[in-house]
Amino acid sequence: MSRFSPGDAVRVRNDWPETSGRRVHIRTPHFVRGREGVVERVLGTYPNPESLAFGQPGLPPQTLYQVRFAQAALFPDGTGNARDTLTADLYEHWLEAHP
Amino acid sequence: MTDRHHHHDHVHAGDPHAPISDHGREPSFDYLVLERAVRELLIGKGVFTADEWRRQIELMDSRNPAVGARLVARAWVDPAFKQRLLADPKGAAAELGIDTTNTPEVAVVENTPDRHHLITCTLCSCYPKAILGIPPAWYKSDTYRARAVKDPRGVLREFGTELAPDVEIRVMDSTADLRYLVLPMRPPGTESLSEAELARLVTRDSMIGVAVARAPEPVR
Repeated sequence: MSRFSPGDAVRVRNDWPETSGRRVHIRTPHFVRGREGVVERVLGTYPNPESLAFGQPGLPPQTLYQVRFAQAALFPDGTGNARDTLTADLYEHWLEAHP
Repeated sequence: MTDRHHHHDHVHAGDPHAPISDHGREPSFDYLVLERAVRELLIGKGVFTADEWRRQIELMDSRNPAVGARLVARAWVDPAFKQRLLADPKGAAAELGIDTTNTPEVAVVENTPDRHHLITCTLCSCYPKAILGIPPAWYKSDTYRARAVKDPRGVLREFGTELAPDVEIRVMDSTADLRYLVLPMRPPGTESLSEAELARLVTRDSMIGVAVARAPEPVR
């Protein structure tokens, strides 16, 4: 069962495994970490790339979500309109419920 | 070694025959050697044959934007097919004999008068290769990837695409297991065109979202 559904408000974990000193493979872009978005679609379940990248089986598999962000909130000095958005595909363990 | 340093230190300014370079994004000498060594080992160990390796490259090179254009043109003339393409892109591709087995999942996003999609991959260069072939060099460049998310309207303008201010731009960052394909809007004045004629208006760039589909040639 997926933890989140379309329309749910989520926050991307403000986590920086790159600074741990371990070799890591992270598919959550820096510019969405700690940011708030809304689940647009549930995309299915996939092996976890963070372990897959190192020859591991990627278990447990992770639910993948299309998460939409307000473009201007991600890049306040950008040139987007208030309506412009960005979506990124993010794995469940990177998301937390945002009240 | 001398060759390698010569290649990278050479000043190309003003040389019209200088090789096109994306500022160091081409595979480095070390990776070229690594690829060749691993490939020859795998062939030597019988994991695959040289012919299978060659055929895989041939298959990759046979995929090109004309494949995607057929999907878009069919979706323009057949609303039921369009719904299937949006709901199940690989299933819809199979209906047209387009083989996407052993390729990543594809998601199709539809442009409308109110919403324009732009595709990028900020982490690497994910691209729907099964449907569009090999991505253009600019798609893989650091500058496109950085600017598409931060200044999409500026990027579109540089590609000659001016959108009305009230159109929502939705940038799709292919960060994970899906590859995105834009279903561009059917241009006005194309009611009398055949499906094959429509397909010729569907350019690669319109399926990445940096452009819209071409307008038809005016009737003389």
